[in-house]
Amino acid sequence: MARITAGVTTSHIPLIGRVIDTGETETPYWKPVFDGYDFTKRWIEKEQPDVVFLVYNDHATAFDMRMIPTFAIGCAEEFPPADEGYGPRPVPVVEGAPELAWHIAQSVIEQDFDLTIINEMAVDHGLTVPLSLVFGQPDAWPCRIIPFPVNVVVYPVPSGRRCFKLGKAIRTAIESFDEDLNVQVWGTGGMSHQLQGTRAGLINQEWDKRFLDRLADNPEELAEIPHVEYIREAGSEGIELVMWLIMRGALGDKVKELHRHYHVPASNTAVGHMVLEAVD
Amino acid sequence: MALFKPYADIPGTTVFDADMARKGYHLNQFCMSLMKEENRQRFRADERAYVDEWPMTEAQKQAVLDRDYTRMIANGGNVYFLSKLFASDGKTFVHAAASMTGMPEDEYKEMMLRGGRSPEGNRYIGEKK
Ligand SMILES: [Fe+2]
Repeated sequence: MARITAGVTTSHIPLIGRVIDTGETETPYWKPVFDGYDFTKRWIEKEQPDVVFLVYNDHATAFDMRMIPTFAIGCAEEFPPADEGYGPRPVPVVEGAPELAWHIAQSVIEQDFDLTIINEMAVDHGLTVPLSLVFGQPDAWPCRIIPFPVNVVVYPVPSGRRCFKLGKAIRTAIESFDEDLNVQVWGTGGMSHQLQGTRAGLINQEWDKRFLDRLADNPEELAEIPHVEYIREAGSEGIELVMWLIMRGALGDKVKELHRHYHVPASNTAVGHMVLEAVD
Repeated sequence: MALFKPYADIPGTTVFDADMARKGYHLNQFCMSLMKEENRQRFRADERAYVDEWPMTEAQKQAVLDRDYTRMIANGGNVYFLSKLFASDGKTFVHAAASMTGMPEDEYKEMMLRGGRSPEGNRYIGEKK
């Protein structure tokens, strides 16, 4: 049977992608951001997941205002990196896991979550930056990936509670798949940042750190945080953190924190990164 | 019944909610069109003619021509859509964000290096700093 073995959370700041692509990761500004991923790079080499279920949000790339799926699952054979206005990132094409993805779609929809099924989609920095941060710059990504875009751009966006419950449904789905697969679930985005208005540049280190403190052992409390608290405390774009709760819901009750990294600033944003191992 | 907006008391913040999404539809779709190189070229060649192809309000068109991101947001723009516009100008999120705060870009960057804008005094409209 397929097993969920671990979870990773990470920011997915677009500028980080550009810094990796242009080889500027060792500059004094960027080095502390990337150093926090050294552990994870070594760890994942040992773990060798077969599939990463990658929760992220599309930033007006594959979806525009014409269609706005709340939760969507990529079921295609492959997903090309998107051209976000600067030309596509020079990263490998993302190889999907269609059989597992369709299985998850069916199971999760039968558990009363309505997913949009996607068979053709370009993937933006929300998905490719986490891959680069963890896997570096290989010729091909070392595992298959199921993209899972969540709408956190156009309100109404899903609540943290809904995301947490969805994660649990995804766990049930993955664990009922017959093939013997090592699956990781990643939740990306955040942490505190605001990209608009006179309050732009807001960073709330105390709030972010309390969020990190509770992710492993007290996720139910995080799931109760209403939208307005994310916006007020973590900035209008801090709402991306609800996606971490999908990852956390998928990991089951008990997890062990293996690694934590927090750094301010990267561009406009607080970088948060955690590695959690599923225990039960 | 009106939409419940518990975030209306947060200063300096526009939440991209149903009302804003409706208002900004054509502005945001115009921005999306700049994902294509041929459209970027046509826009650069004659900005006024290009924005006139879109059923935007005059206020939206003028905000685009002026690169006034504060006014674009007030008229229903969303920053991820507006990013297609500033990307085609070769500008960054930091540039656009700084312009909305009224701070010079280097001052804004300096603030970020010092840990960003504190939430203290920035949670509620009218709150004492
Ligand atoms: Fe994002």
